[in-house]
Amino acid sequence: MTARTLYAKLWDSHLVHEGEDGTALIYIDRHLVHEVTSPQAYEGLRLANRKPWRVDSVVATADHNTPTRDWDKGIKDPVSRLQVETLDANMKEFGAKVYFPFLDKQQGIVHVIGPEQGATLPGMTVVCGDSHTSTHGAFAALAFGIGTSEVEHVLASQCMVMKKSKAMRIAVEGKLGAGVTAKDVVLAVIGKIGSAGGTGYAIEFAGSAIRDLSMEGRMTVCNMAIEAGARTGLVAVDEKTIEYVRGRRFSPTGAMWDRAVAYWRTLKSDDGATFDSVVELRAEDIKPQVTWGTNPQMVTTVDGKVPDPAQEPDPVKREWMERALKYMDLKPNTPMNAIPLDKIFIGACTNSRIEDLRAAAAVVEGKRVAANIKLAMVVPGSGLVKAQAEKEGLDKVFTAAGFEWREPGCSMCLGMNDDQLSPGERCASTSNRNFEGRQGPGGRTHLVSPAMAAAAAIAGHFVDVRTFG
Amino acid sequence: MEKFIRKEGLVAPLDRANVDTDAVIPKQFLKSIKRTGFGPNLFDEWRYLDHGEPDMDHSKRPLRPDFVLNQKRYQGATVLLARENFGCGSSREHAPWALLQYGFQAVIAPSFADIFFNNSLKNGLVLIRLDARTVDKLFKETQASEGYRLAIDLEQQSVTTPTGESFHFDIDPFRKHCILNGLDDIGLTLEHADKIRAFEAKHRGAQPWLFA
Ligand code: SF4
Repeated sequence: MTARTLYAKLWDSHLVHEGEDGTALIYIDRHLVHEVTSPQAYEGLRLANRKPWRVDSVVATADHNTPTRDWDKGIKDPVSRLQVETLDANMKEFGAKVYFPFLDKQQGIVHVIGPEQGATLPGMTVVCGDSHTSTHGAFAALAFGIGTSEVEHVLASQCMVMKKSKAMRIAVEGKLGAGVTAKDVVLAVIGKIGSAGGTGYAIEFAGSAIRDLSMEGRMTVCNMAIEAGARTGLVAVDEKTIEYVRGRRFSPTGAMWDRAVAYWRTLKSDDGATFDSVVELRAEDIKPQVTWGTNPQMVTTVDGKVPDPAQEPDPVKREWMERALKYMDLKPNTPMNAIPLDKIFIGACTNSRIEDLRAAAAVVEGKRVAANIKLAMVVPGSGLVKAQAEKEGLDKVFTAAGFEWREPGCSMCLGMNDDQLSPGERCASTSNRNFEGRQGPGGRTHLVSPAMAAAAAIAGHFVDVRTFG
Repeated sequence: MEKFIRKEGLVAPLDRANVDTDAVIPKQFLKSIKRTGFGPNLFDEWRYLDHGEPDMDHSKRPLRPDFVLNQKRYQGATVLLARENFGCGSSREHAPWALLQYGFQAVIAPSFADIFFNNSLKNGLVLIRLDARTVDKLFKETQASEGYRLAIDLEQQSVTTPTGESFHFDIDPFRKHCILNGLDDIGLTLEHADKIRAFEAKHRGAQPWLFA
């Protein structure tokens, strides 16, 4: 048999039908549902008088609209509340394997709770009406973000209509320096290949630096595959994958576990498998990253400077950079560590897992948030992450330093709830998108790792976490 | 979904690269549980001077005079001309809904982001990829002559300028078939229901833990 990539193995094992032109039906094992992209899909089912094909593939939660404080007061905004109540009603009417509604102790960001519950398993196909579904690829699951019509399509047929992507291998070899994290790796990758560099590809992240990452770190990397344009990011199965999955609520047990593990161990690219594109980075070259613009590709190192559009030969790109600098209110050649901040957000499906909170807490321990910071907040990715952090006393470390400790949810990653930037405010954020207005109209977002966000909170401006302390 | 065969329409040039779907339709409008009503909020932050919220009367809001869609000469545009990587970012299908409900029937750009591409085709918004040089030329022609229109023929896969110059574009045959005939994807897939059931049984045998 010819050597196959991990992507090809996952594709082949879910291929239901393939038309002459390569349009395929791919079977979906896990369908993650949240309140924002599902109401119109369920409405569509209702109108067409269709039933969900396999209810026990659905795992649902409310995360995008939910407030992060005063939970006892419910959801204030009536429009948000209606959306969450609509999900409640759809769950009641159509059913799910499990639903974590607002106020549930295990509620959280859909991409945090999937893996945490063992609802994401190696070898699965996973979809969700959210572009960061690529996160689940850290488990060698073939995971795609989809739109609402596709949500309806998967509900009705358990399948996706798609064509096979090309395969890209991004290898990060070597050892990451102290203070350099998974977030810095993926931002460096996006800086290198661009925000459309992965369009049309399924990316497999490989190399010793990726293998050295924890599962949390691999999820951070795969989470941002979409910011490089790739719908799917993947990491091969190894012992860390298996250990992470072991004993979780929906993980197999007993003889079934052994059988599953034997299969999961085959989920890696064969030696000699060919990729359509190969990118290589040296781990030693990667420094802590900070974005300066309005797209994740607009990134530099913390010891770098805001770039000068005048140096850019391509007129379309130059115009794009000028527009971004104007929006960000930054001057060319400003050192990144001289940029003062207003708000700090540690959270989002990129960086709200226990390891992220530990890394941030280690930086802030015993220190105080700088006087110019109007708000520094930590939003755990799920109720379980929050409980674990509280068990470890991390909440106390944060609150003693002047951070707010909030309830789980998407929060200021996209500001569908009250957590937003005001116009002109500048934020160091552990989320994944620095688009115009993403965190609030007129808000200015700089993407960084949790440790870098924590250090920036204490210093009041960006600072190199490798020498901070 | 409306059938799309041949359409001819006024072109509006949106001269920005990497337009993301957060810009196409900002998050506050994603709280809706309906599929309609997004047209007034297309490019909301670029289009209006004030901050928009779903419950406002958008017809009374102050417009940003320099935004291209607010210029008199582009009123009634049905073809949007854009730069590379249009539609990147969030998977929100509200983006193609907003474009269609505003009145656009087609977007021409050198490249589109993958999820946006799929979402658009599922709604009959025709996305046309032309090489960057051609797109650049169309930008110049659009900006140079008021009332510039393009004819888009999906059957022939061609875009024709007012001077009769014609460009060929590629489109996936399956998608073309669906758009030309206004076909419902789900109905087509469910024609394979027996195959799906057979696959499911085999899959359950191979990986029973997925069905536990
Ligand atoms: S945390 Fe942000 S990126 Fe992640 S699912 Fe929520 S809104 Fe999307």
